[in-house]
Amino acid sequence: MTQAIVSRIGQALVVLLLAFTASFLLLQALPGDAILIKYQNPEMGLTPEQIAEIRVLYGADAPIWAQYGNTLWNFLQGSFGYSIQAGVPVNTLLATNLPPTLRLASLALVLAILLAFAIAFAATLAPFRWLRNALASLPALMISVPVFWLGIMLIQIFSFRLRLVPIINPNEFQALILPVLTLALPIAAPLAQILIRSLDEVEAQPFVAVARAKGATRKGVLWRHVLRNALLPVLTIAGLLFGELLAGAVVTETVFGINGLGRITEQAVSNQDTAVLQAIVILAAGGFILINLLVDLAAPLIDPRLKRTVGALA
Amino acid sequence: MNMLAFPSKKSLLDIRDLTISYHLPEGRRQVVNGVSFSIGEGEVVALVGESGSGKTTTAQSIIGLLPDNGRIESGSIRLNDAELSDWASRRFDAIRGKVVSLIPQDPGSSLNPVLTIGRQVEEILKLHGWRDRKARHARVLELLARVGLSNPELRANQYPHELSGGMKQRVLIAIAVALKPALIIADEPTSALDVTVQHRILDLIDELRAESGTAVLLVTHDLGVAADRADRVVVLRKGHVEEQGPTSALLARPTSAYAKQLLADAPSLAPKGFRDAPENPEAAIEVRNLRQEFGHGKSRVLAVDDVSFSIARGTTHALVGESGSGKTTTARSIVGLQHPTAGSILIDGTEVTSLSGEARRLFRRDVQLVYQNPFTSLDPRQRILDIVGEPLRNFETLTRKARDERAAAMIEKVGLPADVITRNPRALSGGQRQRVAIARALVLEPRFLVLDEAVSALDVTVQAQILNLLTELQDQLGLTYLFVTHDLSVVRQIAHTVTVMQAGQAVETGLVARVFTEPASPYTSDLLAAIPGRRLGASHPVLHYSGAAE
Amino acid sequence: MTTLDLFGTRAPSRRIPRFDPTLVLSWAIVAVVLAWALAPGLFTPHSGTVGIAGNQLKAPDAAHWFGTDEIGRDVLARIIYGAANSLAGAIVAVAVGFFGGTALGLVAGSVGGKLDIAIMRIVDVLLSVPGLLLQLSIIIILGFGTVNVAVAVGVTIVAGFARLMRSEVIRVRQADYVEAAFGSGGRFAAVLWRHVLPNSLGTVIAYAALQFGSAILAISTLGFLGYGAPPPTPEWGLLISEGRKYLTAAWWLTTFPGLAVILVVLAANRISQSLRRSS
Repeated sequence: MTQAIVSRIGQALVVLLLAFTASFLLLQALPGDAILIKYQNPEMGLTPEQIAEIRVLYGADAPIWAQYGNTLWNFLQGSFGYSIQAGVPVNTLLATNLPPTLRLASLALVLAILLAFAIAFAATLAPFRWLRNALASLPALMISVPVFWLGIMLIQIFSFRLRLVPIINPNEFQALILPVLTLALPIAAPLAQILIRSLDEVEAQPFVAVARAKGATRKGVLWRHVLRNALLPVLTIAGLLFGELLAGAVVTETVFGINGLGRITEQAVSNQDTAVLQAIVILAAGGFILINLLVDLAAPLIDPRLKRTVGALA
Repeated sequence: MNMLAFPSKKSLLDIRDLTISYHLPEGRRQVVNGVSFSIGEGEVVALVGESGSGKTTTAQSIIGLLPDNGRIESGSIRLNDAELSDWASRRFDAIRGKVVSLIPQDPGSSLNPVLTIGRQVEEILKLHGWRDRKARHARVLELLARVGLSNPELRANQYPHELSGGMKQRVLIAIAVALKPALIIADEPTSALDVTVQHRILDLIDELRAESGTAVLLVTHDLGVAADRADRVVVLRKGHVEEQGPTSALLARPTSAYAKQLLADAPSLAPKGFRDAPENPEAAIEVRNLRQEFGHGKSRVLAVDDVSFSIARGTTHALVGESGSGKTTTARSIVGLQHPTAGSILIDGTEVTSLSGEARRLFRRDVQLVYQNPFTSLDPRQRILDIVGEPLRNFETLTRKARDERAAAMIEKVGLPADVITRNPRALSGGQRQRVAIARALVLEPRFLVLDEAVSALDVTVQAQILNLLTELQDQLGLTYLFVTHDLSVVRQIAHTVTVMQAGQAVETGLVARVFTEPASPYTSDLLAAIPGRRLGASHPVLHYSGAAE
Repeated sequence: MTTLDLFGTRAPSRRIPRFDPTLVLSWAIVAVVLAWALAPGLFTPHSGTVGIAGNQLKAPDAAHWFGTDEIGRDVLARIIYGAANSLAGAIVAVAVGFFGGTALGLVAGSVGGKLDIAIMRIVDVLLSVPGLLLQLSIIIILGFGTVNVAVAVGVTIVAGFARLMRSEVIRVRQADYVEAAFGSGGRFAAVLWRHVLPNSLGTVIAYAALQFGSAILAISTLGFLGYGAPPPTPEWGLLISEGRKYLTAAWWLTTFPGLAVILVVLAANRISQSLRRSS
């Protein structure tokens, strides 16, 4: 058991290191030099010698392996280098822009989970077949909607037509409603889809018939037997959706003009500010790997078969 | 013709003209068609039929657990004078578990994997008004002990995956008898279990039933099980009752053609005598001190432990044992699918264990394997003609036309109609598919055929046909068979010699006639005693009737 | 992208040779959009890029079904001319993902051993970075533009294809009929070609249809963020982005291109579902 956990954690670390290496090679070793972009600008009137000096200052002239070692060492210490465009440490940028994104993403995740369960249970328990079918195909529709378009439509409908949510000087709560909804719907869709299918499959298992044969009601069986068995695939998918959540947050922030990770990502791409983008990529990968590690470690709590207990068989 | 035999005791369950159909995308399909029978209090009635006979559907309708698309079209189901056929599923909740309970088919998937055994037994008490937690707990332990589980305290806290198949079935029996219901529906309660375990489980059901005066509807495909356990037998086929009556009368004097056929084909009921011992025992296959380990270190498993036997040319040797006995592992070593840890396998003087690469590929011309499950052993995307022709493609440079001709000839030889050649396996029945698998194995004209549980997945009538085909082909082509099976009654029908395996070891080897009549090892005796239907088959003049029916 | 892992469990395969209106409709949508891409001129008399003065921001009417934009261009014409862009991008992306992914998955699943471990670690890395960020990282290197966006989207879906192909190959390799094929004297390459590949590809092709829809979504997202084709190219995501400026005055500028994206994605998903059932 412990051995399995240790090797799983080791595997996660290897993937993280590989991700760092790949992003370093792609973003820092390849062309696209943010220093040149910024300082070659004729308006600055810098001579090539002066630019070279700046490059030495940023450590951009060192051999590639030394840069790699330096960057890795700095990352391990929690320092993500300098944003060349903004002229401040990446840490400073993150400190101001990460919290709003995290707040948006976590609120959306909670809403998405609630929505997914509501849709799945409605689709399983609704009284008429046509209604169950309609509810069951709802997630497929939600998955096909572009996040940015959804945001625009929500603004269009709720702010401009119905005037329910003000866009000028909204309070903190009002400012969050539409973005959270925009982000939650496309996350809720795959969760609901998996949950519906998973409930369906578990309900067809023989042990459900046995539970019914004991005299339990359908709802009782759903609650006591089916749900817990159906949860594991949902948990796995939830872990994998972390990337979608973050990417969705970036797009949503752009649509609603919220300052956050989305804005600095966009600026980094436009200005080829690779240090910023690398920091974001590594943080995202680290978050993904950590969350999926936790999901893997939590799985045996739901399904005892995943604990590899030996013995007990007499 | 369809003589109704009424139960001697007061009627508990009375089914009249029951018709059930499934609503499928392609239309309505009737699976139960005017079925009538009844069960008296405390009586055991067996519902016997092959796959697709409607026996399980009939049983499901009694407890109100038909699949969503199943519907009772007409007829009545009366239980204790209550008419159940038009009850909504919800009304059944009160009688399920309390008046009618269920012992399901597959113990492996019939317990909730994420709840402890104790909680699952406790649930039925809780649902039917046992409010006191302590009383419930005590009753759970009592029940677990009653069904023969050692250390009930420990078992109650374990999860299903920590128990063996037989233990799980005991737990399910504990649940079924917990409230002393009037009727237990046992749907193939032992078909997923080993033969010795099957015997003990059926004994347990018998015992508990007698104790509380519960009636049992025993759904089974195995006429032997029905013969041993039931007071009366109802034979179903394609949704119709072919025949019903008291067990001994029905087995002694079957009137319908189908029942006669079933009796003739059931291997356990129709011992046709043993096959003659080979006259010139020249060994074609010699297995010496075979040993097979899997895994490393702590997780190392010894699957085959010092097994030796030899097979005479042109004969059938059976390798018989329960699951985990190492019989399949031994067979797979012989066809060269795995490298044994130690020991030697000589086939016509060639050492198989040291073969690899191209030499092993060429060796396969002579030794072919037929798999247990004809639904997985044929490529679903190939035509039958291409499946049978593929071995030729691997070994011979033939024109496409010549290859197709030889494949078609082989397909004809195994008794398949010529029009199957352009079809996919999907369009064929299980028996037909197994014939295709045999044709593929024989198209290269090998000298040896290894059959791994090759008839276990088939209905008895189909099983009998395939066994006949194998015997015919052996006589025609002089083949040597290694026949791996868990079913001793099949061994008696087809094999000359037999090796009995238990936990990786060969406990007994010899002529089938000798091993069956004078078993040397106690384990072999246990196995023989556990064959269902033996009681009747041995003492009753069934033989004459089944012979006369031909 | 989102739907990637919804693919894990296989739907029960039942053969239902039945007329299914939603499936027919899905194929019809794909056919129409394909026709738009191949010959846009046949479907609209208007230009996709040149506007007519005095015709600005007209609401939908009989002459302009989807209205006109701020410089008098017909929105329907822009959508029709934009089909080529979206479809070509999605096809390139899926091709990159399909060929790259299935090759990796086939090698990993059939060779096994250390090579398998190495390939799967690389796939893990690709999966660990959120799709959009990975696409942006690639775009930052390659630069903006339609082809670069398509390639970036393609690289991000390589991992999903590789995983699926590997698991399919492993599933098929364990099948009795594959062992039987070796048992009847088949050589490795022959068995791979005759049995493993045909039986694993069905699911992967269904997945490709699903990814086609996802790729259209991803490309429109990158177009919306401004990394795709430059204006005045009528790319669907870009149309929505440009229409945002007139949200209060002209709802049709954003609504219709979005509906076009949704319909195509829905159709692709529906087709994928039917392919999966029949494989």
